[in-house]
Amino acid sequence: MQPAFSVIFLTTLIGMGQGLFLALYTGQVYFVLNVVDKASTVTFYSIGSAVSLGLLMLGLVASVFHLGRPERAWRSAAMWRTSWLSREVIVLPTVMGLIFLYGLVHYMGWNLTVMTIGAVVIDLSLIIGLVTTLAVFSLYIATGMIYACLKFLQEWHSPLTVINYILLGAVSGFTMATLIAAYKQPELIPFFAGWSIVLLVLAFIFRGASLIRNKRLRPKSTIQTAIGIRHNQIKQKAMGFMGGSMNTRDFFHGKTALFFRSVKSVFMILVFAIPLVMLIIALIKPSVMILAIATASMYLGLVAERWYFFAEGNHPQNIYYQVIA
Amino acid sequence: MTQLALVIDLNVCVGCHACVTNCKEWNTSGSAGALSDDNPYGKDPTGTFFNRVQTYEVGQFPKTETVHFPKSCLHCEDPPCVPVCPTGASYKREKDGIVLVDYDKCIGCRYCSWACPYGAREIDEHQKVMKKCTLCVDRIYDENLPEAERQPACVLACPTTARIFGDVHDPDSEVSVAIRELGGYQLMPEWGSKPSNHYLPRRKNHVSYKKDELERVDNPLKKEDYQVDASEPSLDDVTSW
Amino acid sequence: MHSEVNVEADPKDHIEVKNTTCYMCACRCGIRVTVKNGEVRYIQGNPDHPLNKGVICAKGSSGIMKQYSPARLTKPLRRRKGAERGDNDFEEISWDEAFSIMEERLREIRATDPKKFALFTGRDQMQALTGLFAKQFGTPNYAAHGGFCSVNMAAGMIYTIGGSFWEFGGPDLERSKLFVMFGTAEDHHSNPLKIQLSEFKKNGGRFISINPIRSGYSAIADEWVPIKPGTDGALILAIINEIIQQGLYDRDFLIQYTNSAELVNVEQSSNEEGLFVREGPDEIDDSCVDSQNKLWWDRHVNGPVKTHTEDADPYLLGDFQLEDGLNVKPAFQLLVDRVKDYTPEWAASITGVPVETIKQLAHEMGITARDQKIELPIPWTDTWGKEHESVTGNPVSFHAMRGLAAHSNGFHSIRSLSILMTLLGTIDRPGGFRHKAPFPRPIPPCAKTPRGPEGVKPDTPLGGMALGWPAEPNDLFVDDDGKPVRLDKGFSWEYPLSVHGMMHNAITNAWRGDPYRIDTLMIFMANMAWNSSMNTVSVRDMLKDKDENGEYKIPNIFVCDAFQSEMVAFADLVLPDTTYLERHDVMSMLDRPISEYDGPVDSVRIPVIPPTGDSRPFQETIIELGSRLGLPAFANEDGSRKYRDYPDFVVNYETDQGSGIGFLAGWRGKAGEKFMKGEPNPNQWEMYEKNNCVYQYHLPKSYQYMRNFNEGYLQWARKHRLTRFAEPITIHVYSEILQKFRLAAQGKLPGKQPPDHLRKRVETYFDPLPMYYVPLESQLTDTQKYPLNAVTQRPMAMYHSWDSQNAWLRQIHAHNYLHVNPVTAQAAGINDDDWIWVESMHGKVRCQCRLSEAVEPGTVWTWNAIGKASGAWGLDKKANESQRGFLLNHLISEELPAHTEGEHISNSDPITGQAAWYDVRVRIYKADANEPEQTSPQFKTHKYTPGTPRRTPKWLAFMAGLGKFKGDAK
Repeated sequence: MQPAFSVIFLTTLIGMGQGLFLALYTGQVYFVLNVVDKASTVTFYSIGSAVSLGLLMLGLVASVFHLGRPERAWRSAAMWRTSWLSREVIVLPTVMGLIFLYGLVHYMGWNLTVMTIGAVVIDLSLIIGLVTTLAVFSLYIATGMIYACLKFLQEWHSPLTVINYILLGAVSGFTMATLIAAYKQPELIPFFAGWSIVLLVLAFIFRGASLIRNKRLRPKSTIQTAIGIRHNQIKQKAMGFMGGSMNTRDFFHGKTALFFRSVKSVFMILVFAIPLVMLIIALIKPSVMILAIATASMYLGLVAERWYFFAEGNHPQNIYYQVIA
Repeated sequence: MTQLALVIDLNVCVGCHACVTNCKEWNTSGSAGALSDDNPYGKDPTGTFFNRVQTYEVGQFPKTETVHFPKSCLHCEDPPCVPVCPTGASYKREKDGIVLVDYDKCIGCRYCSWACPYGAREIDEHQKVMKKCTLCVDRIYDENLPEAERQPACVLACPTTARIFGDVHDPDSEVSVAIRELGGYQLMPEWGSKPSNHYLPRRKNHVSYKKDELERVDNPLKKEDYQVDASEPSLDDVTSW
Repeated sequence: MHSEVNVEADPKDHIEVKNTTCYMCACRCGIRVTVKNGEVRYIQGNPDHPLNKGVICAKGSSGIMKQYSPARLTKPLRRRKGAERGDNDFEEISWDEAFSIMEERLREIRATDPKKFALFTGRDQMQALTGLFAKQFGTPNYAAHGGFCSVNMAAGMIYTIGGSFWEFGGPDLERSKLFVMFGTAEDHHSNPLKIQLSEFKKNGGRFISINPIRSGYSAIADEWVPIKPGTDGALILAIINEIIQQGLYDRDFLIQYTNSAELVNVEQSSNEEGLFVREGPDEIDDSCVDSQNKLWWDRHVNGPVKTHTEDADPYLLGDFQLEDGLNVKPAFQLLVDRVKDYTPEWAASITGVPVETIKQLAHEMGITARDQKIELPIPWTDTWGKEHESVTGNPVSFHAMRGLAAHSNGFHSIRSLSILMTLLGTIDRPGGFRHKAPFPRPIPPCAKTPRGPEGVKPDTPLGGMALGWPAEPNDLFVDDDGKPVRLDKGFSWEYPLSVHGMMHNAITNAWRGDPYRIDTLMIFMANMAWNSSMNTVSVRDMLKDKDENGEYKIPNIFVCDAFQSEMVAFADLVLPDTTYLERHDVMSMLDRPISEYDGPVDSVRIPVIPPTGDSRPFQETIIELGSRLGLPAFANEDGSRKYRDYPDFVVNYETDQGSGIGFLAGWRGKAGEKFMKGEPNPNQWEMYEKNNCVYQYHLPKSYQYMRNFNEGYLQWARKHRLTRFAEPITIHVYSEILQKFRLAAQGKLPGKQPPDHLRKRVETYFDPLPMYYVPLESQLTDTQKYPLNAVTQRPMAMYHSWDSQNAWLRQIHAHNYLHVNPVTAQAAGINDDDWIWVESMHGKVRCQCRLSEAVEPGTVWTWNAIGKASGAWGLDKKANESQRGFLLNHLISEELPAHTEGEHISNSDPITGQAAWYDVRVRIYKADANEPEQTSPQFKTHKYTPGTPRRTPKWLAFMAGLGKFKGDAK
């Protein structure tokens, strides 16, 4: 497929935004459950929520560039029963609203106790956070399923697509949380960095699994099934037009095999290797700069990763569009 | 339930592109129009067409087949492009199975094109909405047209009758009979989208004759037993024993 | 809810539906044009038209983009003072000025030496008018493009069977069982052939294609027989050999309807060697009547009898002596002697077709013809008075076009094919070849050119036709020294039967002044500075070459065209023509009508929209010029104009005063009650308009077959003035006409004699029997150095190559590649998509290579005429057509290298002057890595043409009826 930058930015930005929220909320839950002893400050929640919301907003803005008729975007909530895209369109603003609320509750200090279970005090923000978490996961799933549901895009049609959207989004959000912690509340660094490393390892495993899987894929569609002629030597001679069309523009990345492979190496380094080293360094010697590098590297890496994800999608329609003459 | 569709006969398609441009001229001024063209007089001209004819070579010289292969929206029974559409702009009509785009609802997100394994959809780069073959829905029900002309433009244009239009759910329709009797098949059956459009394969007409049929009793060469001049010498003249 | 499609027309819209005739190629389908608010909304096939029965092709469907092309010429233009030809630097003038310029020039030429005006036209479909104008003007220098198109097809077949493929006849696919097509990727008769081919295949007919390339129609053949270009004649002769060997010919047909059994003088010492023996004088002394006073050798009396003597059973084989001691042989024996050495083994080595395949082809044809006879219960009477209870036929049919024709051995290949068709007994019989009116015509047809320079006189119409059908050497249009009178050297000893003229040599000859200089060249709708000329680069130079006084060697060039073509750039005066949707036209019986097998059909165009800008139909230009010059056909005796305009001319013009024959055959007579012949009918146009713009006459069934010898038909044809005589048109298996030229070359025939340097040429090629020879160019090429044949094919979507300006069609074919068999490419170290050089001994072209398994390894090919000059045809200077498109024309010379027959012999068939486009030999090699990825040669970008838009749109959203495409405001 031809990677569309609007979609690359959309998915990476909202993935990180959602991940950041998950990081905030994880921290809160751990504290409430007394797993960790350091509470995040109001500032931390507020900044974290604001950044998360900002990322989601940016993602939303990016998505608009993908639409031919953005003024009609409101219509896209209509088909939630069948369309993962429609579901994403519904869940995304919901998530944004909830994160806003979550941040607002923290910021305003509306820590109204809803109930207590034993020693655990469940306040309003925790409830909102829970709901938001569910929404965030729904959004991850919806986003991932937009691609995973297309069965003839075999590279995408796998649970790994959804898992990777979740893990990569989460790890980028946790890394961002670590950065915010370094900036505002360094004592939280080990918690977030630790989680980031765990998620990074998981993401590496699943993303790697996806790469291995896709490498082994054999296209189900062939030129034989495409035109219905059984012969082992069939070559297209003319696709029917010479100056290109949407079929030649939208479904193939148009880059060399070398470029394509390089992007893979680049994202493996930027998403996994550099942030891992930086996070470990940060654990030993906390530093905003180091974590900024980790976050930036990861985000850039994810842009490359997403480009690769789209480019790797081998659309069967391309069989029909091989040769001009 | 009716399912209108085209049956395309690769046995007689000579690749003349009549269906391609007739579709364009009908639809550019029709309900799907205008179908825009970019660089119409410049480098790499490109435009929105609902139907294209491609060419394939099958086999190795001298056993080569040149196959002309027209392709437009296949109006799948289970169209993967429809459920993915977030706005419902992409829909399949109950009454005749035609898959259409409501240009007023389309947001131009291109998702349906990703969801079509056949590459049947084309974005109109200027109206920014997705378009595709409508089976000339603005012709086939138009009672202002003579009945014989209530057919898709490509079908009317096709000089070799390589395109047949009809209801593939009616077992007695011309299209169903052709599919049944001439080995009609669907493209990329592996995806289960059940395209309504079918293709008819090449069918070869052979001649066979037995060696001994080459010559018959009335072979005209037998008529040419012309007289030899009696004055020419013969064996009979020179042998006396 | 979805906003369902609105099929209701807006009542405010003004919608009209008009019938006319298509002109996106020469097929001439009936079209129905919907015009919405003055703009063309939809062009569809007219379902009530006999030719296309409602279908339409890619070109026809794209007429809208032709109509509204920014390449449209809308103003008369004059080359700007100081500007050079080729610069495309023009200023607008008025039609008055344009006519004054032309009138002044032409009046002077006509009063002094009319041949100094040359009028050559492209695929114009108005030869009846342009030919009349030239004749009236008095110039012999008139021709349409037939000489560089397919004249071999016309001549080869008409000189053999009195009809031809083309508009003149074709395969009866409705009843045929086996159809064999030579060449022909796409054809004039494009939609009808497609309709019939499809039905034929669906009915179980077997289709064999013999073609170096499998494209177009060949794609759907049941069997493809790849063959080396220019060798079809060898294949056909070997098939003939095998058919005769096996006795698979139709003996009765050969005896009754051909000259096979007629006795030929074979006495070498005789001055009449090779002529038929005649008994007594000819009944009708006219060279276009085949006299019936020839002899058969009857087996019953074992002696000579007059042909068609009742109950006679002549021998086809044998050698006999007449009473006076003259040695004679039936013509068929001569054919057998001729093809004896043309064995399948011999042909296999030349054609690349395996021996087994050649035999199989012969057997399939012969057995199908013999064993699957058709009998129709149609009684008819032959011209010798014999009544037949039925019409019978042998269902084997053929088709061929430029693939056979465009070679210097094409005439004989096509004659061979005609003879093969005759041997199988398939001429004008069901399932075989069928004539279309006005054919069959006599062999040869009666029309003749003047016989010498005395036919050309000042202020006098030409003393004959500009183009004719020589029947003997004395019919040649040469002076006392045997030198040509025509500029193109047509009808001279170099190309005696150049019946369509030789437009491809006109410019070179005029430039060189051989045979003479001319003053004014008028070109209509022919791209002579581009794809219609061989040797394009040189021809462009000739067009702008100047003599020692700084004057152009061709002093005046007038060009009429609807589009800003490459040729327009070389004009001194440009006359903007209309499109086909803007004018009246006739597909006349006097030109090439659209007749069907069952009778004559002609048709018209009626404008559906007004002319764009100041464009004016070329016919009106001709009528205006004819009237101004006072040419007899166009002016009254007092010099006043006779016809208001072209429609008026069409209705009222008669070939002779009161002849009743005019441009249109339908609805003649005062009230439209007559056809073919009758007084002018003032309402003729309206009647055509009411009847789908077409007039069709169905002959009685008994007149529909065997028309060469069908008494009923021949009498009917004479009565309706299709022909002068009703004599039988015997098929010329043996061509006495060719033999007469040979006798002249041998010095045996009194009368005109060829110049000595041409004697051997005429003697060699004017063989009364079919023959094969290696194409002339190959004979003169180092084929080791240039091992490949290079040919073009016509893409169906751009047949006639008129539409690079078409915004829709050019998306299908924007540029072209050279298609090469992978084996050939590999041997040359070339990969798919590589930039390569294609080089012939005349020139070279850089282009891009495309590998293909559908081409014979000894052949490379490309689509014809996709390449354009930068900036021409309203295209951007960076358009694919000029940057990646190319012409093969640069590799092809209009003249052969100097050899014994002369220095400037045309690269053409030595008999007919047919341009030998497909004879060129080439080699290919990889272009250097640092060369630009652009085709070569390149040409200077055309300047802006006044009257066309300054800027072409970056994008287009055509929707008719909104008033954006009226096309008038430029």
